[in-house]
Order: sequence, then C-alpha cells, then structure tokens
Amino acid sequence: MSFLSGENLVGGYGGADILKGCSIDVNAGEIAVIVGPNGAGKSTAMKALLGMLDLRQGEVRFRGKDISGLTPQDRIAEGIAFVPQTSNVFTSMTVYENLEMGAFLRDDDISATIEQIYELFPILAEKSNQLAGELSGGQRQQVAVGRALMSQPEVLMLDEPTAGVSPIVMDELFDRILEVRQTGVAVLMVEQNARQALQIADRGFVLVVGENRHTDTGAALLANPEVRRSFLGG
Amino acid sequence: MEAGTDLASAVVLLLNFVVVPGLAYGSQLALGALGITLVFGILRFANFAHGDTMAFGTMITILVTWWLQSQGVNLGPLPTALLALPAGILLTIALLVITDKTVYRYYRHHKAVPVTFMIASMGVMFMTNGIVRFVIGPNDQRFLDGERFIIRARDFKTMTGLSEGLSIKLSQGLTIVIAIVLVALLFWFLQKTRMGKAMRAYSDNEDLALLSGVDPDKVVLVTWIITAILATIAGTLYGLDKSFKPFTYLQLLLPMFAAAIVGGIGNPIGAIVGGYVIAFSEVVVTYAYKKVFVYLLPVSMEPDGLLQLLSTDYKFAVSFVILVLVLLVRPTGIMRGKLL
Repeated sequence: MSFLSGENLVGGYGGADILKGCSIDVNAGEIAVIVGPNGAGKSTAMKALLGMLDLRQGEVRFRGKDISGLTPQDRIAEGIAFVPQTSNVFTSMTVYENLEMGAFLRDDDISATIEQIYELFPILAEKSNQLAGELSGGQRQQVAVGRALMSQPEVLMLDEPTAGVSPIVMDELFDRILEVRQTGVAVLMVEQNARQALQIADRGFVLVVGENRHTDTGAALLANPEVRRSFLGG
Repeated sequence: MEAGTDLASAVVLLLNFVVVPGLAYGSQLALGALGITLVFGILRFANFAHGDTMAFGTMITILVTWWLQSQGVNLGPLPTALLALPAGILLTIALLVITDKTVYRYYRHHKAVPVTFMIASMGVMFMTNGIVRFVIGPNDQRFLDGERFIIRARDFKTMTGLSEGLSIKLSQGLTIVIAIVLVALLFWFLQKTRMGKAMRAYSDNEDLALLSGVDPDKVVLVTWIITAILATIAGTLYGLDKSFKPFTYLQLLLPMFAAAIVGGIGNPIGAIVGGYVIAFSEVVVTYAYKKVFVYLLPVSMEPDGLLQLLSTDYKFAVSFVILVLVLLVRPTGIMRGKLL
C-alpha cells in the first residue's frame, strides 16, 4: 500500500472535469514524477491530492487513512508540504523569516531544522537576512523548498520546481531533491523537463487529458520507445 | 535690532507656526493612515469607514471623560481623556468586530472583489457616522482639561528675550510622544512576534500563508483590534489638539488616504512618512510668511502682501495635488507599497 495515493480521481475547478480518472501514488523515500503534455492536468492532479479542488469521484489516502474530506490546511498539518509553481516565497520577508513561516504550525525548537536546511542549501545561510524578493530565481526556488521542508513533512509536493531556471540550476535543484529523498521523505513533483526529471525518478506517471497513459519506473519510461517518441522528442 | 536676534525670531516663528503644528498633525495623520494601510494590506480593501471609526472611538472616550469628570476624577496636569481611552478602545474593537461579522465576513467568504468591499465600507461609514451624530450630536465638543501648555509664548519670550514666542501645547507634546510609542510597539509586534509575522506573511502572499498554516480568522481579528486601537488614539489626540466634531473626522479621510497612498499603501513605514509629508505640505503652503520675511529682509524690502501661498480653506486641495503628483511620478508611493 502506498504512503500517499489518489485513486481514480475525477474532478475540476467547477466547470468541466480536468481529471478523468487518474491515479497517482508515492512511497516514502521515493521520487515520483508526473509528466505529460500541456493541459494534461498534471498540476491539477497534484492539487487534487492537496485538496485544492472538488473531486467528484475517487479518494485520497495518506498513511492508509482516507483524507479526501480534509481541507488543504488540515492536510498540511498532517505532514504534507506543497511548493507552488509561482509566488512560492514571501517576497517582503527575509530568507530566515520565510523558513520560520514554514514552521508556523510547530511549537518545538526549530533551530536544528534550520541548520539542516542551511546544510542542504548553503546559499540560504549566506543570505539569511536578505529579503526573499531580492534573490535570483534559482535561489528563490531553494527558499521555497526550504520553507516547505521546515514543517518536517513526510510528503513533499513540488509543482514544476525548475520552471524558468537555468539548466545548471536545474541540475543542482534535482541533486538537492535527491538528498531530500535520502531523508525518507516521499517526493512528488510535476515537471516540464520530462527527460531530466524521469532520470531521477523512481516512478513516473505520464498523464494525457486527465488520464494515466503510462505508469512505470523512471528508467522504464525513459526506455519505452512510445514514451520517447510521443513525450520526450525521440 | 541685531541681525542675530532677527534670524532667531524668524526661526522661532517658523517653529511655532509650522514645525510644531506640522509634527502634531502629521503624527495624527500617520496613526490614522497606519490603520488604513493595515486594513488595505491584510484585508485588501480601502476602508472608507476609517474616519468614522476614529469619530466613534473618540466619542466613547469623550463620554467616559465627561463621566469621570463628573465623578471628580482627573489626572492632574494630564487630560482626563487618557484615563478614558481604554474604554473607547474596547468599545471600538467591539464595533469593528461586529461590523466584520455582520458585513465584511459575508463578502470575504464569497471572495468579493475589493471594490465591493469598498462600497460596503462606505455603507459602514454612513452608519457609524449616523450613530455618532445621533449619540453626541453634530456640534463641536470640547473635552480637554488639565494643563494647557508645556511652554507658553509669553514665558518663552521672557526666557529668551526674543520678540517672538514659542508655545507648545500639552496636547501637541502628548500627540508626538504617544505616536512614537505606538509606532514603536506596532513595529515590534509586526517584526518580532509570531502573530505579527503571520500578519505580514498573510499580507505578502495569502495563499502561501494559508499553506503554512496561518489561521485567516485570527489574522483578520487581530487586524481589526489593532485598527481600533490606532483609530481611537488618533481620533482622541486630534480631538484634544483641535476639537471634536463628527464631520471633521469624515473630512480627515482624505488627508489620511492621501498619506497612506503617498507613502505606499500597505507599507506601514510609508504611512508614517506619508502622514508627515501631507501634514507639512498643508501647513507650509497655507502659512502666511509675511512676518518671517519682515525679520529676514531689510525694512526697504518689506513685503506688502501676506505671502500666503494658499488660503487655509484650500488645505484639502493640497492632499489631492500631492496625491496626483506622487501617483503620476511613482505609482507605488514613496516607500513602494502595492499598486492600487
């Protein structure tokens, strides 16, 4: 049984259904990647797991428990963290304050977690008193991931973390995400850069118009000629 | 007369009629603009009821002051109104929390656009204004007691031997001191406390704040509480310094909004800067400089006119002009607030 799973999800943002029966799941210590063409419902599938849209069918289970009825805030409190694609930092607050906000629901001492984040992203220690809005795109993404990790989540969901960053920064971000996996966190991400993302993925989901087209290990999907031809450009 | 004492007299004249009143009025505007900017930054609408919130808080403070005076209670040299302030603040908090529960919450849950909130706040403005005029009447009310001056003009003259006097009213001194203390407290709260940071986060990025576990209802409640404290104190200080008349507080809305926008709406430091900019502009362009130049220029060059740039009747136009100029040159305001 999977750690976090959405089974047979059907729903949208009120109008027509965007998800038409897709299933996504991720295990602890694993990276799962959702890829697919534009408009396939990749981000929507992730938001469905977080409870940000109304599902007409299907259920979301976390640690074996049905959490379909919980609000996004309650799911965060349960141990799921989410990094949105855009506006994912508090631009008028310092890097340190951003990390503090990530730990808002915690009552215990957060200094050890902050040290861990600084180890993972050394640039954040250097810029801890700078406003997040003054950082470069890649540094902002690190703040955003750091903020999400501050709640010590069991599942980390990332919506296109490498959108708009340079290839070098992208490689570095993927390296960091691999390090996060080492700590036993389940990582689920939506990615445009399908080839690179599948290279680090334990499992991949290829979504097309709201349905699973292919579901396999990252390596198997990269080797699959049909996936290569249709989604990876040969 | 010597040139030295003439220059000193001119400086004292300016201090007395421009600097001191400007500082006091600026502090009152800054406290009012802070309330407007907080509501705009966190609840995301222009609160037109703010002037009347100030009037309501001041009215309660006046009523309690009168009652205390009738009981023979006073603070000696300080105005009794300071003792009545907590009551005014508490009832104003109650008023704002009730209006939020009965009016604004509905629109918040329906995710109404800011202009709907603004129109709703105009309704609240008329209603609050009606309550105030119904209870205390539309006329001028005086409630200042205790010592009137910190320095009297006559004492200053005998002390310094200058021909111009400097007078500082106790209400002006109190206004400046209380404004400094309040602003310091507010910034400490916003920068250092957990709730303050949650409010800044909510103002910066509502969705991300919710994703971080910030409770929106608590943020809204605390925002109204702080707004009530600022509005009641600003209103009472203005009333002590000038006088209390419900309609004047409605008119204060314009310079207060101008201050918040000029400074950069949503930015607390901007509200304070804006408050002083507006206040000093009003005082500087409506002051008649004739006497200053009489001291500074030789007798042969003595000016004939009053040397007043603008009649005091037009002082509200000053806020408008500055507002337009700033929005043309720098639409986000001096301290870079949100775009309106």
